[in-house]
Amino acid sequence: MNLNRSALDLWVGTFVAIGIGAILFLALKVGNLISFGATPGYRLEAHFDNIGGLKLRASVKAAGVVVGRVERIRLDPTTYQAIVTLKIDEGYQFTTDTIASILTSGLLGDVYIGLDAGGDTKMLADGGKLTKTQSGIVLEKLIGQFLFDKAATGGGK
Amino acid sequence: MRNAVLAGIADTLRRVGGGTVAAIGWLGYAARFGLAVVLETPAAFARLSLTLREIYFAGVLSLVIILVSGLFVGMVLALQGYDVLQRYGAAESLGVLVALSLVRELGPVVAGLLFASRAGSAITAEIGLMKATEQLSAMEMMAVDPLARVVAPRFWGGVISMPLLAALFSTLGIFGAYLVGVRLIGIDPGAFWGNMQAGVDFRFDIVNGIIKSIVFGIAVSMIAVFEGYDAKPTAEGVSTATTRTVVESSLAILGLDFVLTVFMFRGGT
Repeated sequence: MNLNRSALDLWVGTFVAIGIGAILFLALKVGNLISFGATPGYRLEAHFDNIGGLKLRASVKAAGVVVGRVERIRLDPTTYQAIVTLKIDEGYQFTTDTIASILTSGLLGDVYIGLDAGGDTKMLADGGKLTKTQSGIVLEKLIGQFLFDKAATGGGK
Repeated sequence: MRNAVLAGIADTLRRVGGGTVAAIGWLGYAARFGLAVVLETPAAFARLSLTLREIYFAGVLSLVIILVSGLFVGMVLALQGYDVLQRYGAAESLGVLVALSLVRELGPVVAGLLFASRAGSAITAEIGLMKATEQLSAMEMMAVDPLARVVAPRFWGGVISMPLLAALFSTLGIFGAYLVGVRLIGIDPGAFWGNMQAGVDFRFDIVNGIIKSIVFGIAVSMIAVFEGYDAKPTAEGVSTATTRTVVESSLAILGLDFVLTVFMFRGGT
């Protein structure tokens, strides 16, 4: 196949261009490259007795609107509570008596953190701590509690 | 009678031993060849026109089969995926299913297999024919290193083309899944793309897929140029070499895929 140099260059250039374009498409449109690290925000900490099925990069929602992401989960070695670091987007302020609860979207859906704002006048700043928290539901404990209650009322008869 | 049986067993053992030694020797020869080709890299890029020509023959001419296969694989994935997902009311996860399957596994592996059978065999046949028609010997006699002039550009043409082709395969696959899922079946496009963006991580999924396709590209290109260079200089030899390229490349791709997947996706997120 005899191709002159300019036609060959054109084809190879087009090929490489659409190849890199495909990689960019995958990165931006399919993956989540843009939404990561680019948004400025501040960090809050919350302590939970049990985080249930909460995972890293789970969403933080207030009134159902995504306002941030879970950045880090670790265990406090002294109180044996889970310490969750939330990254909240710039532009959202929460009161110091905000309640952080671990909720599930749907029965088997994703676990996320829901924030309910309180009535305090003071707002949380970077590094602030959410004092009011509600742990996640662990299904086994719920079933165990149900059985225990059932046994208690049944034995009382 | 007993002597004959013992002699038969001894003979078999001798053949097995001889075969093993020959195989190890062949492996060593292939490794030395591979090293020599990689060392010729500066020469391959100094004569950029040669490498560009090889990118054309390996990459651009594979575009048709890669794009069409990608499209159809994506469409089939969407159909089969929807059939199972909708039983659990999870039809909106179709986008994530197809995207992760393509980007993590099917894109690099299937594009690699197609590349090996189309471009790999072409490279092997080209180099084998050059050897059979004594062009490689003629080059050596003119003090032109055939590794630098013929082999290294083809190697790098394959290595550069492979990740691009794998990315194009995945992209067309996702587009095909969009056509089937959103346009044909009627899944909500917001849920389709939204769940996909939430479920596919750049560093974890896409970069790993790109790394896989680069590794496959190196493996396929190396096998293709080696089998061509090592071919018996007859018509039958070239034909055997092309077959070996396709078979060895396919096995290498699948084996490497397993190893890479274990390292990359062990235990999940």
